[in-house]
Amino acid sequence: MNRLLWWQKGLVGFAVAVLAFLYLPIVVLVIFSFNDSKVTSFPLSGFTLHWYSQVLANSQMLTALGNSLYVAVFATLISVVVGVLAALALHRYDFPGKRLFQNVLILPLSLPGIVTGIAMLNFYKQIGIPQSLGAVIIGHATALMGIVVSQVLARLSRLNPRLLEASADLGVRPFATFWHVTLPSIRSAVIGSALLCFTLSFDEIPVTYFLTGRDVTLPIYIYSTLRRGITPEINAIGTMIVAASILIIILSVRLLRDRGQ
Amino acid sequence: MKLDRRNAAGFLGLFSLPLAWSLILLILPYLIMISVGFWLRKYPTFVPDFQFANYVQIFSDPQYFNVILRTAKIAALVTITATLLGYPLAYLLAFTIRSPGLRNLLYLLVIVPLWVSYLLRAYTWKTILGTNGALNSLLQSLGVIDAPLDIFLYNQGSMVITLTYIFIPFMVMPIFSALENIPKNLIEASEDLGIGPFGTFLKVVLPLSLGGVLAGATVTFCLTFGDFVAPVLVGGPDGTMIANVLQNQFGAALNWPLGSALATLVLLMVMAVLWLSSKLDRNARVAL
Repeated sequence: MNRLLWWQKGLVGFAVAVLAFLYLPIVVLVIFSFNDSKVTSFPLSGFTLHWYSQVLANSQMLTALGNSLYVAVFATLISVVVGVLAALALHRYDFPGKRLFQNVLILPLSLPGIVTGIAMLNFYKQIGIPQSLGAVIIGHATALMGIVVSQVLARLSRLNPRLLEASADLGVRPFATFWHVTLPSIRSAVIGSALLCFTLSFDEIPVTYFLTGRDVTLPIYIYSTLRRGITPEINAIGTMIVAASILIIILSVRLLRDRGQ
Repeated sequence: MKLDRRNAAGFLGLFSLPLAWSLILLILPYLIMISVGFWLRKYPTFVPDFQFANYVQIFSDPQYFNVILRTAKIAALVTITATLLGYPLAYLLAFTIRSPGLRNLLYLLVIVPLWVSYLLRAYTWKTILGTNGALNSLLQSLGVIDAPLDIFLYNQGSMVITLTYIFIPFMVMPIFSALENIPKNLIEASEDLGIGPFGTFLKVVLPLSLGGVLAGATVTFCLTFGDFVAPVLVGGPDGTMIANVLQNQFGAALNWPLGSALATLVLLMVMAVLWLSSKLDRNARVAL
């Protein structure tokens, strides 16, 4: 590393600058969550935990946080159950329209969220489902299912088919084979995609914006507060979310590494 | 395995729930949105119909065309900037860094921001670039400027900065995996032939990594095209994007048929980009 050519040194400098750019907002968010001032400007005016106690006293914000967790947990559960079933079927059987089905499932991931949100709003309106957290759960589960399907399918395709054959030859029933052979080998893909679904659902705006009723999720609450102005409380809850996200990342890296060994 | 009469029961057991779920809750909503685009607005509600007035209105009123053009321009600027910033980082990760541990750590550092709330990261740019924000106050306390400048926020520039920032990881990931898949002996062969690092980059590395650039650029362009958070938070009066117009049709303007027609157009444009991208990718592979 210490004998870099001049252009390699330039490259390292450039990359460090890009990484700094990636972390600048996160650092600013954390610094100002502890800053004793109503405005986010330098010089810093001293350390405070005031904004954190404001968050804990803000019942609207806490309700929104609770709603977000509720939505993310159930949306993740549904997309994992339905998504794993879909991945197993796609892996095991050849049928007409298989490619098309896969492409449709990942469509909401490459389309702007607003299009999916508008489509679902129109649909719920026509069949008479009111805008609610339940509608948001169904919407998130549907939009995020493609993640579970593609990650689990990728893992299944690396699975040794002889294992399943051996299990069947030994007279193990299909469900027991799934439980003892298939599930352990796709476990890390399931957990990884579940964590990703959870994070994305927790943070989702466009679909939620159209489907939610009077109960709002945390991103929608923050979004509507921001349009009125900035308060350092948002920095505080933001810092807590960043800390939780980093915990989730460390958790998923750990889990995936343990499986790899 | 091939689907036949013997295994049909197992297949249906696994597949009927996912199939029904996606037909009813995913495909049907898109179809309903497309059909509402042909409905008629009778204030304050709308009635089923089959007529093209919404599309006529979109194509005859230049404001819609201008917004679509501006959205495409911003999405293209973001895609180009994110590529220029992301490519060198991916290159460094793939070739310059030899230690696998350091490489894994840096790769993780690139993707961690993706897991941190999109809204919070976009919002922080508002606090950085604002008149009373971190950048202005920093420049003031350093004595670079006397009074806060309002040129940083609420314009197309702040929108490009924010969106570029969001999408850099989406560019680095596919470019990195494309670079990693280039056989090292191709590069060695090129160097053995006396071609310098720049020649090797232009003739070997760059052409072989274009698939990754294309994949990242497609995602970035499509998702930027429909973004409505950044324009609301950091965009100014000249920063309305197509998603804000859409949002308005379902809010204050209360014209769902027009909004659905517009959303259908966005759907078609994004699908055209996705189709073109997969076509280009396939052609490039055949050419190699």
